[in-house]
Amino acid sequence: MLYLRLFFEFFKTGLFAVGGGMATLPFLYDISARTGWFSAAQLADMIAVSESTPGPIGINMATYVGYTTGGIPGALIATLGLVTPSLIIILIIARVLQAFRQNKYVDAAFYGLRPCSVGLIAAAGMLVVKITLFKPELFAATGALADLFNVKAILLAAVLLVLTRAVRKTKGLHPIVFILCSAAAGVLFSF
Amino acid sequence: MKQLWELFAAFARVGVMTFGGGYAMIPMLEREIVEKRGWVTSEEIMDYYAVGQCTPGIIAVNTATFVGCKRAGLRGGVFATLGVVFPSLVIITVIAAVLSNFAEIPAVKSAFAGVRVCVCVLIFNAVLKLWKSAVKDKAALLLCLGVFILSVFFDISPVVFVLFCAAAGILFTQLGVRGK
Repeated sequence: MLYLRLFFEFFKTGLFAVGGGMATLPFLYDISARTGWFSAAQLADMIAVSESTPGPIGINMATYVGYTTGGIPGALIATLGLVTPSLIIILIIARVLQAFRQNKYVDAAFYGLRPCSVGLIAAAGMLVVKITLFKPELFAATGALADLFNVKAILLAAVLLVLTRAVRKTKGLHPIVFILCSAAAGVLFSF
Repeated sequence: MKQLWELFAAFARVGVMTFGGGYAMIPMLEREIVEKRGWVTSEEIMDYYAVGQCTPGIIAVNTATFVGCKRAGLRGGVFATLGVVFPSLVIITVIAAVLSNFAEIPAVKSAFAGVRVCVCVLIFNAVLKLWKSAVKDKAALLLCLGVFILSVFFDISPVVFVLFCAAAGILFTQLGVRGK
């Protein structure tokens, strides 16, 4: 019975949360308030873990909440509940798109959508840049310009930029290599 | 069956290498799905990403379903989706079972501060690459910069941008400014 409810709650979240993993947050707080399966403080911890483990944040959070509520079966059921609505919706859209992709209006719409995607990805990247390379809160508190920059992070970013773009030997390497080296650099230089 | 298994495995790889939200998946998709396997083009990834922004659900899942469906129909969509969620299921379950204070461990915090820097750089590179294939004329340049600036400075839902740009794409094409 608990599992059925768990599936249903996450199915609803997957159906109504538009715009990616973070869009599921208000729904998770709502589940916490209505069911008492987990507290808001627990949820805050789960978000922190979801952000600092591999895998899309939205999936990580669903798995974590499901596990907290109902063990391993709970983790599985919550995650499947979350992905089921989008699976169904996207399968339908993909079929429709395959049929109409050559239509001149659909093609024209996608001509406008591609630059839109690039703009949105760039903006999401900017958000990460803002909190990773800069310390806006510390700057607002102290007003000292030196406090605005996260010097270690900016140095690492500069090195990575050179290695991924300019150095012929390293720029073809798999992105995960750079991710792992950055994790090591983070630990080594205590970021 | 082999094809479905390949989809599952490829998306499990993408899932385990994604750190952060759906946007962090783009560099890995480019590498694993576009360059290495040639299953879809960069342009198609952008199409899926735009549609995934305004349909319900996690963007990573939406994109996986699209690619899987294109490659092997309905079952392909299901297998790609199961693949992308598989690493999360294993990793999070293990962490939840044994390390309740995982995110508080100093070494973990430092490692992920480092990873986030790398994600910035990888996204920057991905944007430059996508830019080349998506922004080929003045109208597209206008849309791209407009979306970027507005979504950095204002809290507007991506759905608004997607719908507006789809309409603008049709309008620009009708007006004949496309390709100039």
